[in-house]
Amino acid sequence: MKTDELIHLLATDDRPVQRTAIEQRFAVASAAGIAGAGVLMLALFGLRPDLLATMALPMFWGKLVFAAALAAAGLALLRRMARPGMPLGHAVLWLAVPPLVLWAMALGALWQVPAAERVPLILGSTWRTCPFNIAALSVPAFVAGFWALKGAAPTRLAWAGAGAGLLAGALGALVYALHCPEMATPFLAVWYVVGMAIPTALGAILGPRLLRW
Amino acid sequence: MEIVEERLRGLLLQGLDADAAAYQRFLKELSAHLRAFLRRRLAQRPDEVEDLVQETLLAVHNQRHTYRPEMPVTAWAHAIARYKLIDWLRSHAAKEARNDPLDDADELFASSDSEAAEARRDLGQLLQTLPDKQRLPIEYVKLEGLSVVETARLTGLSESAVKVGVHRGLKALAARIRDMTYAKQGSGKSTGPSSGSASHSGLRKSQEE
Repeated sequence: MKTDELIHLLATDDRPVQRTAIEQRFAVASAAGIAGAGVLMLALFGLRPDLLATMALPMFWGKLVFAAALAAAGLALLRRMARPGMPLGHAVLWLAVPPLVLWAMALGALWQVPAAERVPLILGSTWRTCPFNIAALSVPAFVAGFWALKGAAPTRLAWAGAGAGLLAGALGALVYALHCPEMATPFLAVWYVVGMAIPTALGAILGPRLLRW
Repeated sequence: MEIVEERLRGLLLQGLDADAAAYQRFLKELSAHLRAFLRRRLAQRPDEVEDLVQETLLAVHNQRHTYRPEMPVTAWAHAIARYKLIDWLRSHAAKEARNDPLDDADELFASSDSEAAEARRDLGQLLQTLPDKQRLPIEYVKLEGLSVVETARLTGLSESAVKVGVHRGLKALAARIRDMTYAKQGSGKSTGPSSGSASHSGLRKSQEE
């Protein structure tokens, strides 16, 4: 095929293009991810029984804000990574804010208790399962995020995969917070972060395999 | 450079609003830049340049929804060309690293240059692997330079079916190219993830030899 023929051919495929197609795909993916995680959470773990009472506690909302802020920063980053040649800008910095704030709060909390209470504060009562539960709840958003990226053109596939994994982890944590009985920042600062790191690492590994275009 | 950016941007934005003539001018100008860009970087493989120009044009087209008006067109198109070039180089590096040097000595005389030129990938050959619904509209529009209306009349398809066929066919072509490079990048197993139609795997085989 001659290049001029190809150009003529491409120009016939002239339907108008939706410029926010990427954002729409990620919005759909996030909604599907949250819904999927919600169903999984109810089926596997159930809401925490004292949910209504806990809603009065600031830490309950703190968990949600932390996860939601990370998800929002992840989305801001992904919509840029999905486009060839688009600089990442400040999106990377925003991603660092939620964990830094959480870690600072955790250090403050550890500082205030006697040394003997620090380890129990970090381990809580569910540290063995929490990261894996978050990773399990992130599966729907993980699949949806990769689907959204398949409709885009990321040029750094490992990074884009990691971004989709992080978004999935944050959404998984967001939903898991409705079950999770832990309320101490040192616990969240370690195990929630580990839980989100699992899909992030998986995304970095799978990105180059699944996202080529 | 700024003049190029301004003009390309204007043409692309018109093209994204379904102005086919402006879009065609955009692709035409872009192809000239791509050719120069790739020719400089593939000085050792001049025969591959046009293949890669076409592959990049197809990618630009299929990914045109990723363009945002606030981005420079030049940066966007460059990122796509660069991605396609790296993908190509990587697949060739993997292929060459896999080859046993002893086999290479045999292969050196097993084929002549003109054979290699025939075995080289051609979109026209890949086109043959598409289903008729996609292949026919593409062939009429491409080969004869016909309009959608004329193609619809000649094939007996509706105009929208012609457009859908072209649209899906272009996506499928890009996927075929991707699967072929993937098969080359893979571990060297003869069965790639895309064991498509017979002519497709035959094509891939001839390319690997």
